[in-house]
Amino acid sequence: MKAWWGSGEPWVWLAASTVALCLLMVFSLLAFIAVQGLGFFWPAPIMQAMHHTPGTAPTRLVGEIYHQDEVPVSRLTKAWQAPFAAHQEVTRYLIKVGNREHYGLDFRWVLKAHLQDIQYPPTLSVVERLEWGNAYGDIEALQENGVTIAEGEAVWEMLESRLQRTRDLRQQIKQIEKQPLGRIHFQLEKLRLQARKLSLQHRLTPEKIAEFETQRREQEALSQQLHDQLAVLHQAMQRDSLLLREMQGQHIVIPLAKVVQIIQPNRLNGMEKLHYYGLRLWHFVSSDPREANTEGGVFPAIFGTVMMVLIMSIIVTPLGVMAAVYLQEYAKPGFWTQLIRISVNNLAGVPSIVYGVFGLGFFVYLLGGNIDAWFFPEAAPAPVFGTPGILWASLTLALLTLPVVIVATEEGLARIPRSLREGSFALGATQYEVLRYTVLPMATPAMMTGLILAIARAAGEVAPLMLVGVVKLAPSLVLDNNAPFLHLDRKFMHLGFHIYDVGFQSPNVEATRPLVYATAFLLVLVILVLNLTAFWIRARLRERYKSLETM
Amino acid sequence: MNMNIKLPPTTARSFIDLNLFGRSNHQYRLEDENIFLETKDLNLFYGQQQVLQSINLSLPKHRVTAFIGPSGCGKSSLLRCFNRLNDLIEDSRTEGQILLDGEDIYQPRTNVAYLRRKVGMVFQKPNPFPKSVYENVAYGLRIQGIKQRKRLDETVETSLRAASLWDEVKDRLKENALGLSGGQQQRLIIARAIAIEPEILLLDEPASALDPISTLKIEELINELKAKFTIAIVTHNMQQAARVSDYTAFMYMGQVIEFGSTNVLFTTPKYRQTEDYITGRYG
Ligand SMILES: Nc1ncnc2c1ncn2[C@@H]1O[C@H](COP(=O)(O)OP(=O)(O)OP(=O)(O)O)[C@@H](O)[C@H]1O
Ligand SMILES: [Mg+2]
Repeated sequence: MKAWWGSGEPWVWLAASTVALCLLMVFSLLAFIAVQGLGFFWPAPIMQAMHHTPGTAPTRLVGEIYHQDEVPVSRLTKAWQAPFAAHQEVTRYLIKVGNREHYGLDFRWVLKAHLQDIQYPPTLSVVERLEWGNAYGDIEALQENGVTIAEGEAVWEMLESRLQRTRDLRQQIKQIEKQPLGRIHFQLEKLRLQARKLSLQHRLTPEKIAEFETQRREQEALSQQLHDQLAVLHQAMQRDSLLLREMQGQHIVIPLAKVVQIIQPNRLNGMEKLHYYGLRLWHFVSSDPREANTEGGVFPAIFGTVMMVLIMSIIVTPLGVMAAVYLQEYAKPGFWTQLIRISVNNLAGVPSIVYGVFGLGFFVYLLGGNIDAWFFPEAAPAPVFGTPGILWASLTLALLTLPVVIVATEEGLARIPRSLREGSFALGATQYEVLRYTVLPMATPAMMTGLILAIARAAGEVAPLMLVGVVKLAPSLVLDNNAPFLHLDRKFMHLGFHIYDVGFQSPNVEATRPLVYATAFLLVLVILVLNLTAFWIRARLRERYKSLETM
Repeated sequence: MNMNIKLPPTTARSFIDLNLFGRSNHQYRLEDENIFLETKDLNLFYGQQQVLQSINLSLPKHRVTAFIGPSGCGKSSLLRCFNRLNDLIEDSRTEGQILLDGEDIYQPRTNVAYLRRKVGMVFQKPNPFPKSVYENVAYGLRIQGIKQRKRLDETVETSLRAASLWDEVKDRLKENALGLSGGQQQRLIIARAIAIEPEILLLDEPASALDPISTLKIEELINELKAKFTIAIVTHNMQQAARVSDYTAFMYMGQVIEFGSTNVLFTTPKYRQTEDYITGRYG
């Protein structure tokens, strides 16, 4: 026994189990988020039941059982407690009944004991809508221009093709709005700014005014044309509508133009459910959010997160590498260099919100404000760079992650053997050439390590971003096809902030909880992908220098 | 530490039969030579420690000068003075003069990078860059801004041939040089050094890590190279010094004890110290 302790074996076991524990915690975290978030997209069955509370007439309830929990009997209203006298707790359901325009809230808490005659009839449908959330009920008829053309089961035969038609129309409308119309607005704004710039410089001659005017007319004529086209398309979209009988027997007319998807989940088999699951998942990652972010997708947030990280990487890498090269290769070692090094290391520990405040004060107001005053006087009073935007957010995060890049690069530089530098010097290289042709290429894996650490830190950062560029809903992406394509002055959406916004700022917390998990899972995934890319690049670089260690 | 070592002269005796190495008994005489590199009262300090003490030497053009002496006596340090590589060592200090072709290389206005193109160096430990064989040899030309493929190809081939490495690597020019054997690496470093056509070649124990065959190859190489370059070679192997060199300098504790024609130094050393060292009586 004593020998066993002496052998150091217990410590190995202890270390190994610590590792196991860490892994377990990480994986259960991921699994928890994944299950909570990804389960949401599975087409849930729709329940129908009679809801009978003491002292009222029974009402019909249709919806998805969202959640179930136990509540102590003592918390119930006095009148309800009597039947449960023998119990400590009763089961309670959270039911999503949808039809928000009628009931105000999508959700209802009901006691299981108050539900009678629970059924899952195959005819019940769920209609996913662009507005007002889901609608549940029985589809009674399909109407064209208000005239019924199919009833009952016959609806389903005609529905898919007509839904497809509205989808196509919607796609066309979106295309026109995004591309030609968006470009015209962009051009008009540009013309306005040009005119204003010239007028500020007192160079706005009558000829120029006339020229601008004709250009403006052209654009407006184009715009008018497009608007006419759009009006026709919108008109066509309005043609079909559905008649739905909701749980209490009222009829609702739902224009197909507002419908994303209609399914009868109780009727689907496993494969079909899987199909809809995939579809909804794809929808989530590829489309824009709707209804104050509580529905729809998160594509702009994914895009914003990735763009922000990329721009940050582009800024932080050269800055960090140059700083490290100076500290390691050029600065004379001594008190001051050491002091700077220590300060840089300590910067890594400054809370990120402090960077946010600095970014807002220095980048946005001071730098951005002055850029606006110097280069964009024509846009005043609207700020261009003097307001939070992706450039400032990326810069702030670049500042935040600079220390890691510097430290990692410095370590990499220090590891390069002296003999290689001397070999290069002996061939007549100047210090710059030694750096350029020998030292820096060999230090690239270390720089990538720095960058990986920087990405890992930056991608998850939210607090400073709220001050310097993230918004709840960005009207347009940072990257589009209007010159200059990359609009660094624009605000952007971010997955991390999206989680906060959806989870804690939305009016409908119950509805969005799964979205919070799904978004969190996506954020982890995005960070993972970014990191893996960097890892892969580093591995490829390492390959080239791998035998270096043997020297 | 810095005391002057003066020892009684020895009687003339032959220590190594130079004829064994197939060399002529030709007596080189410094007075007849064209001096290429000359040091005058050279002192070198690393911090407080004086590593070289008033070195006065003359390296004749197109001759091989061997530097022998016990470990730590300053041979490498002296060679590193010749291309000012000691500049890279913090708090190193050099005093005195080194004349290369009559020019003092320690003048402030010396272009050090340009100087090092004229003074090629092969290090004690092979230090190939983690690049391809080709790029290693082409390195010196590349930093001179030479980009023409044809010129690079030619130089790489002639240098590798001159270093008698061509046949071994001609099919793996694109492979990483770190994959070569130690002896091949050493010859690669020689090829790399001669690719930039220096005027003097400094070889710091070029054969220390090599097997007898590779060693022989390198010695043959030195014999061929001296037609083009002036050569300084450091070696711990007395036979090697006797085989390849025309002149020999014996160093001890930072000083040059004895310097002269190899034939003379090995057969009739003036000092006891030298005699002990070349006969192996001294560690
Ligand atoms: N970078 C350095 N900094 C400080 N001292 C050094 C440095 N390089 C060498 N020295 C010292 O200088 C002295 C001479 O070293 P040098 O390398 O020139 O010896 P050497 O004759 O080449 O020995 P060897 O035959 O073992 O290679 C030694 O005492 C060594 O400790
Ligand atoms: Mg040495």
